[in-house]
Amino acid sequence: MKDETLTRGFADARTDEQKIRNFNINFGPQHPAAHGVLRMVLELDGEIVERADPHVGLLHRGTEKLMESRTYLQNLPYLDRLDYVAPMNQEHAWCLAIERLTGTPVPRRASLIRVLYSEIGRILNHLLNVTTQAMDVGALTPPLWGFEEREKLMIFYERACGARLHAAYFRPGGVHQDLPPELLDDIEAWCDPFLEVIADLHVLLTENRVFKQRNADIGIVTEQDILDWGFSGVMVRGSGLAWDLRRAQPYECYDEMEFGIPIGKNGDCYDRYLVRMEEMVESTKIIRQCIDKLRAPEGQGDILARGKVTPPPRAEMKTSMEALIHHFKLYTEGFHVPAGEVYAAVEAPKGEFGVYMVADGTNRPYRAKLRAPGYLHLQAMDHVARGHQLADIAAIIGTMDIVFGEVDR
Amino acid sequence: MSEALKELGQHVELKRPECVVGWEIARGELTVEIAPSSVVSFCNFLRDDQTCKFSTLIDITAVDYPEREARFDLVYHFLSMYQNQRIRVRMALREDESAASITEGFPAAGWFEREVYDMFGILFTGNPDLRRLLTDYGFRGHPLRKDFPTTGYVEVRYDETEKRVVYEPVSLVQEYRQFDFMSPWEGAEYILPGDEKEAAK
Repeated sequence: MKDETLTRGFADARTDEQKIRNFNINFGPQHPAAHGVLRMVLELDGEIVERADPHVGLLHRGTEKLMESRTYLQNLPYLDRLDYVAPMNQEHAWCLAIERLTGTPVPRRASLIRVLYSEIGRILNHLLNVTTQAMDVGALTPPLWGFEEREKLMIFYERACGARLHAAYFRPGGVHQDLPPELLDDIEAWCDPFLEVIADLHVLLTENRVFKQRNADIGIVTEQDILDWGFSGVMVRGSGLAWDLRRAQPYECYDEMEFGIPIGKNGDCYDRYLVRMEEMVESTKIIRQCIDKLRAPEGQGDILARGKVTPPPRAEMKTSMEALIHHFKLYTEGFHVPAGEVYAAVEAPKGEFGVYMVADGTNRPYRAKLRAPGYLHLQAMDHVARGHQLADIAAIIGTMDIVFGEVDR
Repeated sequence: MSEALKELGQHVELKRPECVVGWEIARGELTVEIAPSSVVSFCNFLRDDQTCKFSTLIDITAVDYPEREARFDLVYHFLSMYQNQRIRVRMALREDESAASITEGFPAAGWFEREVYDMFGILFTGNPDLRRLLTDYGFRGHPLRKDFPTTGYVEVRYDETEKRVVYEPVSLVQEYRQFDFMSPWEGAEYILPGDEKEAAK
């Protein structure tokens, strides 16, 4: 009798003939935890993800095609628009590629400034990633605290190059402008309070019960996964492999910096979070060393390798006709790069960011391929997320550190 | 560094003479040119050989040379985290040829091959999921080929009367500008403005 009332009107709910089908849902393209415009088709069995099919390209702007019709210098700002969370790290790879092709040496001061700002970019990225990932799994305070520090860092960006995000500051042969000494003082003064903010974030998250439950043992990446899917950056280090291009294949002046490479043990989302937190501390150490070296007598001097690929000093243009012509030709025709091909990679905050450039001897690249780390991480989504709960997808996307500017290009 | 690369190049050529067409070291980078038919076995060799151990696939891309008979260059980049070395593998491909997919040995190749197919129209036999990746659903043409215009052929807008997004042929208000900054004194290949009479001679 009781059963009958329960099933009345829902006659089909308990029959054996009912076929249970998997359920397909669209995750995104407008989902706050998708970190951008990701459309992911998820096949769900109850709450368990059976298959994940990411559809990317909604932010595709054809950067590589556009690059083929612009000069090397005009192309530089496109790099800022890839991973817009840490713009200067991308520019760095572009500049390194051009410098390797043209054989341009970078002055020491410019090299130190580049390392300094690359590390600021790393902190910018990790702050955004750690805190918004925490928001994806339910914490609201970390982004508010983290973004306050990001704001300060973006002011350092602005004071160096005039733009908060799209810097166009690294140039082939050096950096665009010198840093005033006051800026160095302010960056140094920022370091200590920042370490306290990191400690505060640790208090908020590291032992937080909810945060741990949502991240520990989620999205485990093994060594074989790393090799199969071409992971790099924190996705590798979180699984216990101490692979860092800054140490393994040093570029710029990273070989004279002292810093540790934090690694995780289990390769899950929680370890990747811990690695990012530690990397911010290590980056602060590098920033301090850079400032010291920039103040030392060896750190003084010009910030551009004066020559064909760089503009002449402003003062010289007032008196020298050749300098004026050179300036005009550089910014209209642009410099010519000898024919050849090169692959230059940097350890961007998200992993290995590379530029493969084919030059044909003119003022425009014949072909430029941008290799973004997030592209490969997202590709492995199906592999990593399979068998997890729907709610874990947000945590995994968060720690994979995906930004669609670089995935879609 | 270049000594080690040289040894590596010799080693690769010695072990796989039937695959390797040639190799060179330029700017501290080793490039190995291979025959298109041997790409799968060669990539697997690079991964499994103890001296090479190129276990990480970094990138697959193509370069279009429309004037060449073998129109495309397919370029693979590999990295060995264990030997700390990089290698570039290149093969030339005609337009009507298809390449063999290496997704068996390197799952990471999946999206790269999809992208190359999308952008250049090179087919990969054996790729289980060769759909377009970056371009729009229902897109036609292969944008990174040199004969594809930067502006494309269609543009989209939201139509207020039809209440949906419509596709229309591109209409440019202004001609797409391709500036030519090459000095006319250094051998311009076109007729200079005002110089038509001279050219007719």
